[in-house]
Amino acid sequence: MILGASTFVEGVDFAFMFILGIAFFFLISITAVMIFFIYRYNKKRNPKATQVKDSTTLEITWTVIPLILVMGMFYYGYVGWIPMKKPPEEGVTITSHARMWSFSFEYENGRVSDKLYVPVDTAVIINLNAMDVLHAFYIPAFRIKEDMVPGLANNRTWFEATKTGSYSVFCAEYCGLQHSYMLSEVVVMEQDEFWEWYHDPDAMTLEVPDDADPAILGRQIISSKGCTACHSLDGSSLVGPTFAGRYGETITVITDGQEREVLYDEEYVKRSIYDPDYDITEGFRPGQMLSYEGEISEEEIEFIVAFLESLNE
Amino acid sequence: MSETTSSKHVSFLQYKGKYKGILGWILSTDHKRVGLLYLYTMLVFFSLAAILGLLMKLQLIAPGYTIMGPQTYNAMFTVHGIIMIFIIVVPGLPAVFGNFFLPIMIGAKDVAFPRLNLASWWIYVIGILVVLTSQFVGGWPDTGWTFYAPYSFQTPANVLPALFGAFILGFSSILTGINFVVTVHRMRAPGMSWFKMPLFPWTLYATAWVQILATPVIGITLLLTVMERVLGVGVFDPALGGDPILYQHLFWIYSHPAVYIMILPGMGAISEILPVFSQKRIYGYKAIVLSSLAIAFVGYFVWGHHMFTSGMSGRALYAFSFLTFIVAIPSAIKVFNWVSTMYKGSLNLQTPFYWATSFIFVFMIGGLTGLVLGSLATNVHVHDTHFVVAHFHFIVFGGTGFSFMAALHYWFPKMFGRMYDANWANTGWAVFFSGFLTLYLPMFYLGIQGMPRRYYDYLPEFHGGNIISSLGAILMIAGAMIIIVNLVRSSRHGQKTSDKNPWGGRTLEWETDTPPTLENWDEIPNVTEEPYEYK
Ligand code: HEC
Ligand code: HEM
Ligand SMILES: [Cu+2]
Ligand SMILES: [Cu+2]
Repeated sequence: MILGASTFVEGVDFAFMFILGIAFFFLISITAVMIFFIYRYNKKRNPKATQVKDSTTLEITWTVIPLILVMGMFYYGYVGWIPMKKPPEEGVTITSHARMWSFSFEYENGRVSDKLYVPVDTAVIINLNAMDVLHAFYIPAFRIKEDMVPGLANNRTWFEATKTGSYSVFCAEYCGLQHSYMLSEVVVMEQDEFWEWYHDPDAMTLEVPDDADPAILGRQIISSKGCTACHSLDGSSLVGPTFAGRYGETITVITDGQEREVLYDEEYVKRSIYDPDYDITEGFRPGQMLSYEGEISEEEIEFIVAFLESLNE
Repeated sequence: MSETTSSKHVSFLQYKGKYKGILGWILSTDHKRVGLLYLYTMLVFFSLAAILGLLMKLQLIAPGYTIMGPQTYNAMFTVHGIIMIFIIVVPGLPAVFGNFFLPIMIGAKDVAFPRLNLASWWIYVIGILVVLTSQFVGGWPDTGWTFYAPYSFQTPANVLPALFGAFILGFSSILTGINFVVTVHRMRAPGMSWFKMPLFPWTLYATAWVQILATPVIGITLLLTVMERVLGVGVFDPALGGDPILYQHLFWIYSHPAVYIMILPGMGAISEILPVFSQKRIYGYKAIVLSSLAIAFVGYFVWGHHMFTSGMSGRALYAFSFLTFIVAIPSAIKVFNWVSTMYKGSLNLQTPFYWATSFIFVFMIGGLTGLVLGSLATNVHVHDTHFVVAHFHFIVFGGTGFSFMAALHYWFPKMFGRMYDANWANTGWAVFFSGFLTLYLPMFYLGIQGMPRRYYDYLPEFHGGNIISSLGAILMIAGAMIIIVNLVRSSRHGQKTSDKNPWGGRTLEWETDTPPTLENWDEIPNVTEEPYEYK
């Protein structure tokens, strides 16, 4: 079938083959019989119909045989599925946070990434945390999918990848405007490579070469955190106001129900990121943007600001 | 056969009552006129929703922005889904052919409550108008026809009118259900015992019970959702302490049985058409009756198969999977009986027959792919992907849609006293059928590849399947246009006929005038034979 790279693939694909095999058999043979009847018994060839008596034996036969076959389908579907519901005790545990419209992955040592890095041949348990609405965590190559339900505790899924490489992660549950752009990647690495990545001391602090352009770093943060799903860079309004041409302007916001003017400066950007519902930009709705407190450091905000400023040039 | 039209024998189309012109239709309690009112209303909204479908397919012909932005696309599949489900296929065959033919086929002069019947059409129209106001006030809803919580509380789009409209449409459905149940119980002609009743009335009867018992659940659910949005009562929204999975349960407790509301009457119509065009008794009359009742009953207990990945407990899941496989059996039995009906028949290859046999073919594909969705391991992979989109279009569009077209061509001469143009009808069918397969078959493949549904844009690896599918949509819409133009034209200018029984049918509607008079019968017929007694 299609590309498969986890321990579930065998069971699931067998169920597919079993069901589709029987399905094709019935589809083709019944269609062939119908076509034969149309050829053999059409009015020209067979002007007079012969009445046929109902046969209870026949009715019972074509009730019992399909019943047996579907019980087989049920069985293989069950067998292929039950391992998905039984995560092992031991394994790498990662929490996936989903928000409109991006995934982020948090490791036990505090490392956060927008791509899912995992070791090959190791059980990986994913805690599913939806921050706003329903999403679904779907990796076609691993044959897993599980809804991410806001407020549902202990919601998790697991897998064991069998081949290194990178595979798509989709959000499979409709979650609004940019649902089709809510995707990520799972990168399956050799085990030692993964652990090296995991313990990389530099990864925890933002790595800033002295000659790096802060605006370019800001641009990277904006895309890796998924801000551009809601904020355009070209002046158009999406779910939130555009980033273009606003920095340094005086804008109108609603604070506690009161309209007021504020300067769009570093202070304002920081407040917008840590406490988005404090000031609501005129013409937009509260509750759409969630706080990034603890996810974006003050240092990173400086780079974001540098980037916003650079948009004015 | 050619009785002269004395003053008593004025067809229901010409009959002049208290009101003239259009009022004579929209205030008429004649079940036949009510049936046609539904037909015309559906024709308008089907065309609208089909155009939305075509526009979506054009958007998907290539990745990225093609003809519309994501907000428009999301609104389109929502409105498309709402119209197709709540306005077209749920009322579906019962509202049109049930109203028109149920009384005639059981030898009655009208339904049990003619005024209630007209009222249900009016409620239907009001429901539609309320749904449509969402377009003008505050933007189209963008939640999908399922209105899943909590997104349906958070979106700025205007979902209230759509929810409230769907709620109103539910009442129309319940009233039709009550009317049909009472009609079947009380108004059968003398001699028509239960097992002498033709199969279409049987399926209407089974469906009516589902309408009465299941629709209130969706009514309550939609109303709770309205209350939640307006008053913030906190039943479904986790931010208010509610449970979004509860919403899904309530939604599918109705919406799964609703699938049988959509398909059962279609199965009934096919069971009428095949014997007539085979000139042979239906094979396994009792098996078809019992399997219809079984579907209506077991259909209540399988809703969980829409929620295999929702985070529900494991034991509930395999119970739902098991029952789903059980409910597949009665449908399989029907297919075997239909095909056997053709055995040694004298097959009259006309348009209704083509629709009926192609119905069996697409219905088999829909049903067999349903097995993939019913099995746990495979469901997890294809749930919420294009596989599901293909599957339900094969069932609701392939199943209900094809049987609707079969029924429309079959009963057309009786309803309008004119014949459709057979060449155009066959051409339309051929184009439509090829378009249908080209449109939806690639979607199965896309789903297995992993392309989620409700997707405005997609990765390049999904491009191939989408191109073929979009071209199929264009072909299919061309076919639909040929069919609709032909039927509309023929209903006004087609070859006139007063032949009571053009196809050689044995059920009662072929004994009334063509088109029937206001009260259908001069004298209520006396039924002595079983239906479909071909000699
Ligand atoms: C789910 C959509 C969404 C995402 C994702 C999102 N925002 Fe927002 N953002 C909004 C909305 C809506 C507003 C306007 C309402 C408000 O002020 O809270 C807003 C307002 C802002 C403002 C104030 C803009 C102005 O013109 O007044 C800034 C700055 C901002 N967001 C930065 C960010 C950053 C940085 C990120 C990524 C880390 C981000 N946003 C991610 C929706 C989003
Ligand atoms: C006339 C031609 C039609 C075309 C071109 C068409 C096409 C589509 C497309 C492209 C989608 C979006 C799929 C997705 O990504 O989820 C869709 C969804 C849907 N269609 Fe159709 N369709 C047609 C007819 C019908 C009919 C006749 C019915 C019902 C009987 C129907 C019912 C639905 C439903 C319920 C949805 C789901 C909406 C949702 O996700 O909320 N469609 N259709
Ligand atoms: Cu999504
Ligand atoms: Cu269902």
